[in-house]
Amino acid sequence: MKKIEAIVQPSRFDAVKSALQEIGVEGMTVSEVRGHGRQKGHTEVYRGSEYTVDLLPKIKVEMVVSDDRATPAVQAILRAARTGKIGDGKIFVTNIDEAIRIRNEDRGDAAL
Amino acid sequence: MRKRALRILMGWGVVCALLAPAGFAQTPSAAAPEPAAGASSSTDLQSRMNALEQQAADARMAGDNAWMLACAALVLMMTGPGLALFYGGLVRKKNVLATMMQSFILMGVVTVLWALFGYSLVFHAGSRFLGNFDYLFLHGVGAAPDPDYAATIPQQTFMVYQLMFAIITPALITGAFAERMKFKAMLLFMVLWTIIVYDPMAHMVWGKDGLLNATAGAIPTLDFAGGTVVHVTSGISALVCALYLGKRVGFPKEPMPPHSVVLSVIGACLLWVGWFGFNAGSALAAGSLATSAFVATHFAAAAASLGWATAEWIRSGKASVLGAISGAVAGLVAITPAAGFVGPMSALAIGAIAGPVCYQMVTRVKSKFGYDDSLDVFGVHGAGGTLGAILTGVFAAKAINPVFKDAHGVATAVGLIDGRPGQILNQLAGAAIAWVLGIVGTLIILKVVDVLVGLRVTEEQEIQGLDLSQHGEEGYNLEAQ
Repeated sequence: MKKIEAIVQPSRFDAVKSALQEIGVEGMTVSEVRGHGRQKGHTEVYRGSEYTVDLLPKIKVEMVVSDDRATPAVQAILRAARTGKIGDGKIFVTNIDEAIRIRNEDRGDAAL
Repeated sequence: MRKRALRILMGWGVVCALLAPAGFAQTPSAAAPEPAAGASSSTDLQSRMNALEQQAADARMAGDNAWMLACAALVLMMTGPGLALFYGGLVRKKNVLATMMQSFILMGVVTVLWALFGYSLVFHAGSRFLGNFDYLFLHGVGAAPDPDYAATIPQQTFMVYQLMFAIITPALITGAFAERMKFKAMLLFMVLWTIIVYDPMAHMVWGKDGLLNATAGAIPTLDFAGGTVVHVTSGISALVCALYLGKRVGFPKEPMPPHSVVLSVIGACLLWVGWFGFNAGSALAAGSLATSAFVATHFAAAAASLGWATAEWIRSGKASVLGAISGAVAGLVAITPAAGFVGPMSALAIGAIAGPVCYQMVTRVKSKFGYDDSLDVFGVHGAGGTLGAILTGVFAAKAINPVFKDAHGVATAVGLIDGRPGQILNQLAGAAIAWVLGIVGTLIILKVVDVLVGLRVTEEQEIQGLDLSQHGEEGYNLEAQ
């Protein structure tokens, strides 16, 4: 099992979600996050006082999939989230030792 | 209203004229025994005339009273929720409730003070500087009008309308010491400030025997709706507070952006609407002067909003929402003393001047001197109020409000453009008195409160936020489902 963690532009989130649903990824956890990579922030001015905002809003999508679905899922995210500009985000993939469904204690792929 | 009453009276005159010959025709034929009947019919006519006059007066009072009660409610709405939202949106999330509370609690505090003795100190005759205690506990303030101030509304209406001004004035100051003052200290400060600064200033300008009263004072100052009383005094006192309390922890290095300009927009719109009660209501009647003040108020707000946004657009490349709403408030402040004295085009001019001037005050002047007037009370109300006082002396016109009359009762020039350049000096004197009273009074009060209870929260409490440290609550409780 692999965990895929994708940090994407808020404006691309809907496209990412539909792309994942199309290839049959059924579960995901989504959070609104703030952060930055190489993308520079922006400046806000309130009554003449300037503030640099370098933590920009992003959407983090997390999902755990069986090994054979990991590559197609990553491909789907790449296709849907890319605008070609700096700030498009990143994808991290990690190995998962175990998954357990709380309701009936299904384990492994069956729990996904 | 008066015209309508006249028309009715004239109608009666015609009826009387038609009836009179008939009366005369009867008299000779009925001869001597009849004069009693003639007298009784003329008494009857007289009593009907009296009843009619009474009805006309009652009708006028009903109209004026309806308008003034609505205006009183509008002016209260300026403090809560208007100012509470405007200021609440401009502070950081951790201080939103405490900031709104500083406005809201004054609706309670000042009302009680006003009921007990505040109204008496401002509006009963006394000295040039302060009233006396004859209206203590509102003794004698009832349904009968006080013709010295407003002859066509119950004195209680006048009293409660003026109370709303006494509430918003100290509430304006809270923006200067936002995010760092103890709640206990704020309460004590406001009680003392209302008594020591507001009550004397209001009596001097509006009291019938006040020093600056426009028609009877030694220095006749024009202040239609409280530009000097409300905005100059609160603005200058705010600056003193900001300087005395010092900067917020982290200012100006740490970013302290408004946590919700959305709240501030709603608040500013409520202020704008409420200001119609503030300015047009200051006509104290529902006549054409109220209309004139209403139009002037609206026009100045519009022009100032555009003026501030344009100045900002030119200087920083973008017209901000906060700029547009701040400009509107600046325009409303500047037109306050002038509202009932100037025509629509003068109002546009006053707004167009006030917007960019106040923008410079809160950006360049503030950053040059480095004081932390957190929500720009001085820049908008102190500067805008003083500017408005001066511009009133420039634009006031006898065609709008013939406030000055010569010995024969003929209206004379009012402002500079009208042909009375000296009025500007009176306006400056009025503003200067407000500055001096505001500075000296506020300094003394701050010192006293500092010694008694301490002004500032601890650094730890300030970092935690006033919502939790002063009130044990949070504005946005995201865990509550």
